[in-house]
Amino acid sequence: MSLIEVVGLNHRYGERKVLENINLNINKGEAFALIGPTGAGKTTLLRLIDLLETPASGDIYFDGLCIPKSGRQRLEIRRRMAFVLQKPQVFNLSVYDNVASGLRWRGEKNSKVDKKVDYILEMVGLRDYRNRNARTLSGGEAQRVALARAMVVEPEILLLDEPTANLDPGSTAKIEQLVSYISEQGNTTIIMATHDMPQGQHLANRIGVLLDGKIVQTGDANQVFRSPQDKEVANFVGMENIIEGVVTANNEGMVTLDIGGGAIQAVSDFPVGERVYVCVRPEDITLALSRTQSSARNSFCGRVTQVASFGPLSRVEMDCGFRLVSLVTKVSAEELSLQNGKEVYASFKATGVHTIKKGR
Amino acid sequence: MTEIWHGFVKAIELIVSLDPEVVEIAGRSLRISVTSCFLASLICIPLGSLIHFHDFCGKRAVINIIQTLFSLPTVVVGLFVFVLFSRAGPLGGLGIMFTPTAMVIGQMILISPILLGLTISALGGVSKEIVDTAISVGASSFQTALAVLREARYAVGAAVTMGFGRAIAEVGCAVMVGGNIRGFTRVITTTISLETSKGELELSIALGIILLSLALIVNVALNRLQQS
Repeated sequence: MSLIEVVGLNHRYGERKVLENINLNINKGEAFALIGPTGAGKTTLLRLIDLLETPASGDIYFDGLCIPKSGRQRLEIRRRMAFVLQKPQVFNLSVYDNVASGLRWRGEKNSKVDKKVDYILEMVGLRDYRNRNARTLSGGEAQRVALARAMVVEPEILLLDEPTANLDPGSTAKIEQLVSYISEQGNTTIIMATHDMPQGQHLANRIGVLLDGKIVQTGDANQVFRSPQDKEVANFVGMENIIEGVVTANNEGMVTLDIGGGAIQAVSDFPVGERVYVCVRPEDITLALSRTQSSARNSFCGRVTQVASFGPLSRVEMDCGFRLVSLVTKVSAEELSLQNGKEVYASFKATGVHTIKKGR
Repeated sequence: MTEIWHGFVKAIELIVSLDPEVVEIAGRSLRISVTSCFLASLICIPLGSLIHFHDFCGKRAVINIIQTLFSLPTVVVGLFVFVLFSRAGPLGGLGIMFTPTAMVIGQMILISPILLGLTISALGGVSKEIVDTAISVGASSFQTALAVLREARYAVGAAVTMGFGRAIAEVGCAVMVGGNIRGFTRVITTTISLETSKGELELSIALGIILLSLALIVNVALNRLQQS
């Protein structure tokens, strides 16, 4: 059953449309990630769900109840949720008082507050910081205080807005661990906004892609990252190889695509003559110095045009008559002595190719 | 020069020996100013919060007027209170003219713009994210206002100190509505004014030192509070 249902939601700031016709269902107990570039409207959507703002039009249903645009009921509903803002925000109080604030505002007895706060501080690893002023903490610690303050009220919905933006890798890992733990407990529905795709991929059960104020696709991580439904989503989720092509043959779901400079085999249902975008994830392309026997149906010879560091990987651009980008480990790049002008063979499986009908 | 030095030494003697008149005047000054500051704070901090948290037509104009009144002349306040509470005035029947009560009212009027204006700007200094955080953690409108006020507590504390400073240091209003009656409405500033005009420098210097010391104590206390 949907805990949150967003129906025909529109929002604008002055003349600027921020959200357009948002329709979304969030199920009880699921972890839902909203991914999209900066400025896509993720924060605004979270703020509207948390009732920090009222939408220009459209409705939000909480547990089947249509949320009114004003009145005391909004506070009661808001108290069933908690929101962790992008920039770690702490009150100029001790860590204990920060975490206790939500409970006190809900009129909890002091003895209960004490117990709950101590339990949660232990959980987020800030027990020793109990009496320290929260403003003296580092960004990562302050974000853990914010998370503890949200969790301590045992919300039905936990909203997280870019919870690890601006944090160092160590602090990011701690926050992700906590979010993962809350998600595993299954009592809290999590809605998080992030532009960190791997984070969305491993923390959420379901992902919604928000581009230019519109939800363009929802689905599990595999659907969104491997089968984007249009070119914009494909671009956003890191399908670096998007090539235009035409279906020239279809043999029971195995299609041949003419891409101008060659032919690509793919698993697809499109009929002959259909114009499509051929999408291949760079990490699905393997490189070798000679043509090798493998199960990969597609193999192209090309010359390296650029090699660049990409975190722990190397990003290799090639000219195979068309442009191809591959991600390989640094060790592989060194073993193959990849450098500009080097001849390489790029291979990928037909199942690793995703096709999108042109014009979608 | 000798006369001033002599006056200074005598003043120290008056303070050290806890001269009854010095103690009585200083005590009265403190009582009147603390009372006026306390009562004005009780009204102005909530009123300032109300102005800050509510959007209404002419809000900017109201704030501009409040800020203009920061430099309200003490004699104008004195005149206003005098007209209000003198026998022929609309509130003359209360019979509080030339009493400490009238002085408290005068000082309250005098420092209210400072308390109001500085409370509004102190609350305005609290980031929007903190307001959103309080709301999202489940605070009601009233609880949010209290949380923001708590965030701005040092700046509001500074506003109260400024108000107290202006109240205890003013002389015009105190003379006009208090009358500088010995043993009843005579305060530090009115005594300094009177005694200096009489050429009695010892008492004036002694009270001047006390006045400065009071200001110093209040400021040190506020700084300590801010550092903690």
